[in-house]
Amino acid sequence: MVPITHYLILSGILFAIGTAGVFLRRNVITLLLSVEVMLNAVNLSFVAFGRQFGTVDGQIITFFVMTVAAAEAAVGLAIVIALFRHRESLSPEAFTNLKW
Amino acid sequence: MAFDLIAFYVFAAITVLGALAVVGQRNPVYSVVAIVGSFCGLSGLYVLLDAPFVAVVQIIIYAGAILVLFLFTVMLLNASREDGAEWDRSHPYYRPGPTRLGGVLAVVLLGQLLWAMSRIADTGGIGEQQPAASSVRLLGRVLFTDYMFAFEVTSILIIAAMVGAVVLAGRKGN
Repeated sequence: MVPITHYLILSGILFAIGTAGVFLRRNVITLLLSVEVMLNAVNLSFVAFGRQFGTVDGQIITFFVMTVAAAEAAVGLAIVIALFRHRESLSPEAFTNLKW
Repeated sequence: MAFDLIAFYVFAAITVLGALAVVGQRNPVYSVVAIVGSFCGLSGLYVLLDAPFVAVVQIIIYAGAILVLFLFTVMLLNASREDGAEWDRSHPYYRPGPTRLGGVLAVVLLGQLLWAMSRIADTGGIGEQQPAASSVRLLGRVLFTDYMFAFEVTSILIIAAMVGAVVLAGRKGN
């Protein structure tokens, strides 16, 4: 059998990849995709812990995370569309009007 | 026994390579396609973890609905490349520092996580201590009893997100 540490290390690698994507990419859509990768890394560790302890709680929290991810994607992409109408650009550096 | 380990490494490789392709691509369309592959590998991992319902939901909801929404937006905006070049030149202050800091932060985070996990005591294979709780019937019963309040709050969240998306993306003035 696969030890739980394998799943947790995989989850950590995925989360780090998502973090790198959020910081490195300069495209708002790719940023949102990186956030999805991070959410899925956390989902994997939830399901792994649920399997380890023999409960369904991990899977149920995963469903809630997926629901929140769907809501986040809908609102986030609506914001991206609205921003693109204003600036004709998807670079986050194009939207710094509120930056001090 | 060895089959589990081989399947885990195959699915893990698919997942990690897909995630790397998401971050490494300059074309958002390729990123979305790569993340679909990554989530399919993740779904295989859920099957290995005795969570078949989560695996199916991962494919149907994530790969089928959410990522199609992303793909639809990418194609609607017709922005197939990162257009950061002119902003790089006009804002030299923004680019190098925070970007490199972000890469360093991701590596530091990975190092911390690996260090923490290297200190976990060996507990044997996953699922050897407890039997699997994977039946959809049990899942539904727990969801509609113990997590009833969270379930109902989720419906409010979805309504708010739906209205918010329509208000934000809808055209004003006509």
